[in-house]
Amino acid sequence: MSNSQAKLVAPFAVGLLMLIAWEAVVRINAIPPYILPGPLLIAETLWRDGPSLLGSLWVTVRITAAALIAAVVLGGAIAVLFAQSRLLEISFFPYAVILQVTPIVSIAPLIIIWVNDTFLSLLICAWIVAFFPVVANTTLGLNSADRNLVALFQLYGASRWQVLRYLRMPSAMPSFLAGVRISGGLALIGAVVAEFVAGTGGAETGLASRILEAGNRLEMARMFAALLLLSLTGILIFVVLSWLSNALLAHWHESALPTDD
Amino acid sequence: MSANAVPAPLLSVSHLSKVFRNGTTALQDLDLVIDKGAFLSILGPSGCGKSTLLRLIAGLTPPTVGEIAWRGGGVGRRGFVFQEPTLMPWATVWDNVYLPLRLTGTSRSGASERIAATLAGLGLDAFARVYPRELSGGMKMRVSIARALVTEPELLLLDEPFAALDEITRFRLNEDLLRLWQRQHWTVVFVTHSVFESVFLSNRIVVMTKRPGRVAADVPIALPYPRDNALRTAPAYADECRRLSQVLAEASA
Repeated sequence: MSNSQAKLVAPFAVGLLMLIAWEAVVRINAIPPYILPGPLLIAETLWRDGPSLLGSLWVTVRITAAALIAAVVLGGAIAVLFAQSRLLEISFFPYAVILQVTPIVSIAPLIIIWVNDTFLSLLICAWIVAFFPVVANTTLGLNSADRNLVALFQLYGASRWQVLRYLRMPSAMPSFLAGVRISGGLALIGAVVAEFVAGTGGAETGLASRILEAGNRLEMARMFAALLLLSLTGILIFVVLSWLSNALLAHWHESALPTDD
Repeated sequence: MSANAVPAPLLSVSHLSKVFRNGTTALQDLDLVIDKGAFLSILGPSGCGKSTLLRLIAGLTPPTVGEIAWRGGGVGRRGFVFQEPTLMPWATVWDNVYLPLRLTGTSRSGASERIAATLAGLGLDAFARVYPRELSGGMKMRVSIARALVTEPELLLLDEPFAALDEITRFRLNEDLLRLWQRQHWTVVFVTHSVFESVFLSNRIVVMTKRPGRVAADVPIALPYPRDNALRTAPAYADECRRLSQVLAEASA
C-alpha cells in the first residue's frame, strides 16, 4: 500500500471500527435512543429529516459565508490601515484584541437586542469571532516584507502605494491566507454559538436552533444528524480554503510546494 | 577602453561619518573620490563599515556628518546588488527584472526590449518565465544583477554579491561582470572581503581600517583588461595579491 493510499484508508478504517463498536455498545446494553442513538438510527434519521435539516443548514451556511467574507474584506482593510501607520496600529490593535478575547456568548445577547434583523445580528456575532485572525496575520505579513527589498523600492523612489501593492501585499499573501483558513472555521463556530444564544423562533432557523429544539424534545438521533451536518460543513470549509490557499501560492511559496520524495 | 581617458569624478564623498542609533561609529571622517568608469573595490575586515559606506553612497541611509556630492548636482541612476539575491519569490525572473522600470513608470511593453537585452547579457534568456525557487544560487544572483543593470545605471553598487557562491560559479560571474562592465562603461563600487576577487576585478582598491572605518590605503591595480581566467594563475596577479594582502594585514592590525 502506498503512502497516499494509507493516508485515506487508515483514518477511514479507524472511523468504521469506532462506528461498529458504537452500534455494538448501544445494542448489547440496550441503551434507549433518547440517551444514545446508534449510528444506524442516526443515518436513518439523517435520510428521513435530510431535506428539512438541509434547509436549516443553508441558513447557517449563509451566515457563515457572509461572516467570512466580511472578515476577509474588513479584516484585510483594517490590516492595510495598520500597516500604513504604526500609530494607528498601536492605537486600535488593543481593541481588536479585546473584541477577540471577550466570549461571544456574553456579547451576543446585546447584539441581538440592538440589531432588529436576525440575520444581521447573527452575522455580526460570527464576524466578531472570525475577523481577528485575518487582521493579526495580515498585519504581521504586511510588516514582514524583506528589508532589502524595501530598501530597493526606496532606491527607485517607489511611492507608498507601490510599496504596498507590489511588495507588502504579495509578501503578506501566505500569512493572510493562513488567517483566512482559521477564520473559516471560526465563522461557522460564531454563527452556531450566536444562534444558540438567539434561541429558536423566527421564520428561518439555522442548524443550531434545530439542535436545541431536538435536544428539548429528547430527539437525540436528530440532534446527532444535525451535528454531523455541522461537522461536515466545517470540514468542507477547511478543505476549500486549504485548496484555495495552495492554488494561490502554488508557484512560489514553500507551504504549497510538493515534497521532494 | 575608457581607462585611457582623463578620469573625471562621478561623485565625491567628503568628511563622511555614520553613527548608528545604538552609538556605534561605523565610519569616521571618510573621504573618497570615485572616478567615472572606475571599477573600485572596497576591501576590509568584516565589520569595518564597508557595507554601510555602500548604503550611504546608494542613498539608502543618510550620513550623520559629511556629504556625498554627484558631479552635476543631482543624484544619478544607481543599481544595487545585495549579498543575497533578494528576489521577489512570487514574481518570475522577467517580473523581477521589470521591477525597477515598473517603479519608475515604464509600461510592460515599453520595457520588454530592454529586459530581453539585459537577460541575454547575463545568459538568462531561457529563464524569463521561471520563478526564483527553480533557480540555483548563481542564477538567482544573475537575476539580481540583471535587475540592477536594467535601468542602465551610472553607478553599480555591489555588496559582497558572490560571497555565498561556490568558487566555480563565483569565477564565472566575476568574468561575466567584467565583460559587461567593459562593454557598458558604468562605474562600479564593489564591496568584498576577498583580496583575490578584488584584485581580479578592479582597477582601484580602497582598503578600509577596522571600525570605525576609514580609508587605510588606496591602491591602483595596473593589470591590463580584458582579464580572464588565465590571469588567475599569472605571476603578476599573484604579486598584486601578495602586495594587497600585506596592505590589508596592516590596515586590520
